[in-house]
Amino acid sequence: MAERAEPVSTAPAGWQLLPVLRRMVAMPLRDPFAFTGLLIYILFVLVALFADQLAPLDPMEILFTKAGKLAANLGPGADFPLGTTNLGRDIYAQLVHGTRSALAVGLSAAVIVATVGTVVGLVAGYFGGTTDAVLMRIADMALSLPFLPFVIVLTGFLGASTSNIVMAVALLLWPNSARVIRSQVLTLRERAYVEAARVTGASSWRILFVHIAPNILPLSFVYAAIAIGWAIITEASVNFLGFGDSTSVSWGMMLQDAFSSQALSRGQYAWFVPPGVCIILVVVAGFFISRGYEEVFMPRLRGR
Amino acid sequence: MILDVDNLKIQYRTRAGAVHAVDGASFVVPEGRIVGLVGESGCGKTTAVRAIMGVLAENGYRAGGRLVFKGQEIDEAATRKLRWRDIAYVPQSAMSSLDPVYTVGAQIVEVLTKRGGSTRAAAARRAAELFELVGLSERRLADYPHQFSGGMRQRAAIAMALALEPSLLLADEPVTALDVIVQRQILDTLRALQQRLGLSIVLVTHDISVVAYLCDEVVVMYAGQVVESGPVREVLARPRHPYTMGLRNAFPDLMSDAMALVPIHGSPPDLAAPPPGCRFAPRCPFAEAACRTEFALPSGKDHFSACRRDAEADQLRTAALDPVTWQRSLSYAAS
Amino acid sequence: MAALVELRSVVKHFPVSRSLGEITRGQHPVVRALEGVSFDIGAGDAIAIVGESGCGKTTLGRLMLKLVEPTGGSIAFAGSALGGLAGQALRDFRRQAQLVFQNPFDALNPRFTIYRAVAEPLLNAGIDKAEHMDRVASAFRRVHLPDLDRYLDKYPHQLSGGQLQRVVLARALVLAPRFLVADEPVSMLDVSVRAGILALMREVRDDMGLSAVYISHDLALVKYLCERTLVMYLGRIVEDGPTGEIVRRPRHPYTQALVAAVPVPDADQSRSPLPIKGNVPDARDPPSGCAFRDRCPHAFARCAEETPSLRPLADGHRVACHLDFVPH
Repeated sequence: MAERAEPVSTAPAGWQLLPVLRRMVAMPLRDPFAFTGLLIYILFVLVALFADQLAPLDPMEILFTKAGKLAANLGPGADFPLGTTNLGRDIYAQLVHGTRSALAVGLSAAVIVATVGTVVGLVAGYFGGTTDAVLMRIADMALSLPFLPFVIVLTGFLGASTSNIVMAVALLLWPNSARVIRSQVLTLRERAYVEAARVTGASSWRILFVHIAPNILPLSFVYAAIAIGWAIITEASVNFLGFGDSTSVSWGMMLQDAFSSQALSRGQYAWFVPPGVCIILVVVAGFFISRGYEEVFMPRLRGR
Repeated sequence: MILDVDNLKIQYRTRAGAVHAVDGASFVVPEGRIVGLVGESGCGKTTAVRAIMGVLAENGYRAGGRLVFKGQEIDEAATRKLRWRDIAYVPQSAMSSLDPVYTVGAQIVEVLTKRGGSTRAAAARRAAELFELVGLSERRLADYPHQFSGGMRQRAAIAMALALEPSLLLADEPVTALDVIVQRQILDTLRALQQRLGLSIVLVTHDISVVAYLCDEVVVMYAGQVVESGPVREVLARPRHPYTMGLRNAFPDLMSDAMALVPIHGSPPDLAAPPPGCRFAPRCPFAEAACRTEFALPSGKDHFSACRRDAEADQLRTAALDPVTWQRSLSYAAS
Repeated sequence: MAALVELRSVVKHFPVSRSLGEITRGQHPVVRALEGVSFDIGAGDAIAIVGESGCGKTTLGRLMLKLVEPTGGSIAFAGSALGGLAGQALRDFRRQAQLVFQNPFDALNPRFTIYRAVAEPLLNAGIDKAEHMDRVASAFRRVHLPDLDRYLDKYPHQLSGGQLQRVVLARALVLAPRFLVADEPVSMLDVSVRAGILALMREVRDDMGLSAVYISHDLALVKYLCERTLVMYLGRIVEDGPTGEIVRRPRHPYTQALVAAVPVPDADQSRSPLPIKGNVPDARDPPSGCAFRDRCPHAFARCAEETPSLRPLADGHRVACHLDFVPH
C-alpha cells in the first residue's frame, strides 16, 4: 500500500470544486439553447468591454453635419450606422455604450439578489423557529408589493439614478430565491449525512457551510441568472416610463427618447428596434442559461 | 400452463450502451399455482414481470424470446388490451399509486366502468365484493388513501388489480415495505385468493422466507438469467445451483441454531457487459476453468438447474453447508 | 459496575398540528412515541430493540445519541446526564457515541470523496491533520476494505451498497467510540451482502469492546447479533430478555405473535393463524391500561384498568403483562 505524506484530498473544508466546475463548463456543450445564450452573453460582454473601440463617438454628444446643421433624425448611413436621434446623437454609439449600463445593472442586481436570497434562505431554513418566521414574513411583505410601481416610487424618493433602480429591483426579487432555497434547506436538513455530521460533533455553522450551502449554491446561481433579465427589463421599463435618469445612456432611455420624439410615426425604425432587440436577446439568453443549468444542478429534470 | 416464458430477452437502451437486464430467462406458471420469482436487486425479476405486463420503461424493449399466455403468443402492442384485462399487475410502489384526491371506492368503480364497461351500480357492488375478498371492511370504500394504513393500502391495491377478474396476478414485492405481522396477513390473503378464485400468482421478491411461506413453485434468478427453478420444497431443501445454496446460507432463519450467516462475497456482474460463460462463476466456490467460458442451460425434469456440475449437486450441497467453502469465493471476488 | 448507558422513564411526545376543533377546545394532541422506557446498557453489551413501525424504536435510538431531547425522564452516558451536556463535555460525548445509518446511499455527502467523508469526524473533533491519514487507514482496515487507494478518491455513487455501508461503519469507528447505535443497518442491502456486514459488525464489536444497540424490525436478523433483545410496542418495552429465550419461549402475547409471524426458509413451516387481531392503534390515542389489550387474545378486565409494568421473571428476563407466567 503506497504511503502518502499528506491526505489525498486537499480540498478546503468545502465541497469538491472540480466536478462542479466541470459540469458547469460541459453543460452548454450539450444544450444548444444554453450554448446560444452563453454566446449572446459573451458577445454583449465583449461589446461592453470594447465599447470605446467599437463606437468612438460619444453617445451623448450632439453632432453636426458637415454643413453645420444639427445632425438630427438622419437615417442609417455611412457616418452613422444607425442614424441619429432627434437631438443629433449617434444611435449606434448609444446602443453600444448602453450595453455597459445594461450589464452593470443586470450583474449587480444578480449579485445582490443571490447573496441576500441565499443567506436568508439558509438561515431561515436551517435555524427555523422565530428566525424563520420573522424572515419569511419580511419576504412575504416584499412579495406582496407590486413590482414596477414600487420601483418607480422608490426611485422617486431616493432619486432617479441607476443604482437606486438596481437596489429597488434587488429589494423585490430576493424573496423568490430565499423561499426556494429555504425549502431546499429544509429537505437537506433531514438528510442522513447531515444527521451524521451532527452525530460526529459538527457545529451548526459548520454543517450549514460545509454540507448544506454547497448544495444550495447552484440554485443561487440559477436565480441570479433570472435576476439579470428582470433587472434589465425593469431598468428599461423605468427609463422608458420616464422615471429614470435621463442623463444615463441605456437602452431604456433610448426607447424613451424614441417614443417621446415620435420616432415610430416617422418610421425611424433604426432607432427603437435595435435597443428593443438587444433587451430581448439579453433576457432570453439569461433564461436559456438558467434553464440549462437547472437541468445540471437539479438532476431530476435531466433526460435519460 | 397459464403462462410460458421462453428464452425471454429484455434490454434497456442507455447512454452507456445496451444493458441486458433479462438474458434468456425461461419459466412456466402452472394454472392456479403461486410461483415465486426470487433474486437480488438487478437480477431482472422486476423487468421480466414488467415485460409480461407490457409496461417496460421507455428505453426497454424485448430483444428476443416468446411469451405465451393461455396458449396465445403475446406480442408487444396488439394484445396489450387483452393483457390488461386478463393479467393484473401490482407494482412495487402500489401503496403510493392510489390517487390521493379520490376515495378508494371511487377509484375501483372507475376501473370497472371505464375498463370493464360495467354500470355504476354493478361496479359499486363489485367494489364491495372485492374489498371483502381482500379482507377490508366495506365501509372503508368511502375513505381516502391517506386514511388507510400501509397494509390496508396494499390490500386496496390488490383489490383494484382483481377488479376485472384476471386469471393471473403479477405482484412485485407486495410485502417488502410492511411490518411482519401485516406482511403475514397479506400473504394469507393472497393464498386465500388463490384458493377461492383459482387465481394464478407470480410473486416477485428478494425474500426466500416469503417464498417458502407462500409459493408452490420457485424460480431463482441471477444477473438476468434463471439459475434454478422447481417446487419450493425441493429447491429449498435440496438446492442444485451454488447460488441457491449460497442464498440459503446467507438468509437469516429465525428458528435455526446457526449462529452466523455466511455471505456470498463479491457482487453481481455489470449487465452492460456480462461475462461470458456462467455469470455466477466469479463468486462461485465450485467454479472450474470451464465455467467461465461455457454456458450451462437449465437441465432436469421438474427441478431445473443451470450448472455445469449439476451431476455432482449432492456433493456440492454438502460442501456448501460448511462456511469454509464460501471463504474460497473471496479469492475470486472483485468486491 | 455502573452501566454505560442508563435510561430512566424516558418519555417522548411529539406535538401534532391541531384541527380547529381541537384548538377551540384547548386540546393539545400529541403522538406518544415513547411512554416510560427504562433499561441499562453495560459496557460491551449488544442489545437489540425490535418492534414494528411506530413502536418508538427509532426515536429511542435518536434520544440515546442526543439528536432529540426527551419530553420526560433521563438518559445518562457514563454517569453524566445527557440533558446537561454542553461545550466540551458534549463534544466528548459525540466522540464516544456514534450512529450507523439505515440507508448507506444517503448517509454520505454525495459531493465529498470517501476520504473526506471518513475524515470528517476527525476534523470536527479537532484532531491534528497529521494524524488523519493513519486513523482513516486503520478504520478502513477494520471494516475489511482492502486497497485503501482504490476508495479514497472515489465518490459515494461509485460504490456498491455493501461497500458504502462499510465506509459508513468506518466513519463511525474512526474516533474509537465506546457506544454504537445501528438503525436498521442492513435493511437496504441485498441479501447476499447482509451476511457480510452483519459478520463485520460482530467482529468489530468483539475487537473493540463496543456497547451496541441494534434497532431492527427483523427479529430473524438480530438473533445473529445480540444476546439481549427488547421488544417494543407503542412506545413501551413489553419484553426484555436473552434473545434465545425471546425467540424460543416468548412470554408476552405480542412477542408470541411477532415470532409466529416471521417466515422462515422452510416450505413446511407453520401457517396457522396468528394469535393477534386488528391493527396497530393510533399513537395519538392508545388504549387505556395495556396498549396491546385490544389485539391480545388473552386480555381481561385488569388490562384495561392498569398499565402493566415490567416484571422480572428470571435471568434478567422482564415482561410487561398481567398474565401469570409459570417460571420455567
